[in-house]
Amino acid sequence: MGLTVNNLVEWMNNFATKIEQNKQYLSDLDTAIGDGDHGFNMSRGMSAVSQKLSTMPDSITDAFKQIAMTLISTVGGASGPLYGTAFLEMAKKSSSTSDIGELLEAALTGIKKRGGAVPGDKTMVDVWTELVPEVKDHSLTAAKIDEAVAHTKELVAKKGRASYLGERSKGHIDPGSQSSGYLFKALLETEGIL
Amino acid sequence: MNLGITLVSHVPEITKGLNQLLKQVAKDVPITIAGGTNDQDIGTSMDKILQAFSDNQASEILAFYDLGSAKMNLELAQEMTSKKIHVYDVSFIEGAYTAAALVEAGVDLSEIEQQLGPLKIKK
Repeated sequence: MGLTVNNLVEWMNNFATKIEQNKQYLSDLDTAIGDGDHGFNMSRGMSAVSQKLSTMPDSITDAFKQIAMTLISTVGGASGPLYGTAFLEMAKKSSSTSDIGELLEAALTGIKKRGGAVPGDKTMVDVWTELVPEVKDHSLTAAKIDEAVAHTKELVAKKGRASYLGERSKGHIDPGSQSSGYLFKALLETEGIL
Repeated sequence: MNLGITLVSHVPEITKGLNQLLKQVAKDVPITIAGGTNDQDIGTSMDKILQAFSDNQASEILAFYDLGSAKMNLELAQEMTSKKIHVYDVSFIEGAYTAAALVEAGVDLSEIEQQLGPLKIKK
């Protein structure tokens, strides 16, 4: 069936619910190694996205654009421009394909360019780098998502606010990786996209 | 003057304070600021940065910022404006101060960039 405006909106609403349910947990993760606002920032952003998408967008491209601009405008921290760029890149790519694997790959390229992080830096790039190929291979599972998120725990942060802590950032899951995990879980749970 | 300066910080008061400092040496340089989120919380706002670019009387802008995520919003805004924007990874206060003093003195961009070189830091 593939990606449609309907299941894209469903995916985003599911993501928004997960963020809302876990906003305290995400902010607690961020308090340990960052500035403590990731959960609240993402919750503000995703509830604005749900609100925006309550008027059905005309096309997948239009939906991705609205999601991107809403996140850029409402999420105050680093995740605003990063998630915003991810969805902007998907908007651009969606003019030529609606294949979710290709869209997510374009998003990952955008995230890397925007933040300058590479795999191993203890950022959302770690989770996306693990999981985008799984989406492309139709082999994404909940266990693989959990594993990719948990893997960030033992890494030393090289990018973002946690990098100021150096070695002390070890032993904590990266908050942006955790919220990315919810995005992929929400995708996995949405019927018909994968 | 065709060169202007935009200051971006996570905290509105930081941009205001730095603007005051720069005005002392660069009273004629167009300086615009974008501090804090849209809700005046700590963070940066792409919308505010875009506004600061458009409010700046100059067509070419030297942009300075405090921490990494400010740079990401700056670069997003850079992609969305028609003005020519230069973003510098230099120490925020010293970098902006150096540039402001040199723009005021009518020094051209390549020489300004040369002087900013040693102020570069990893962000």
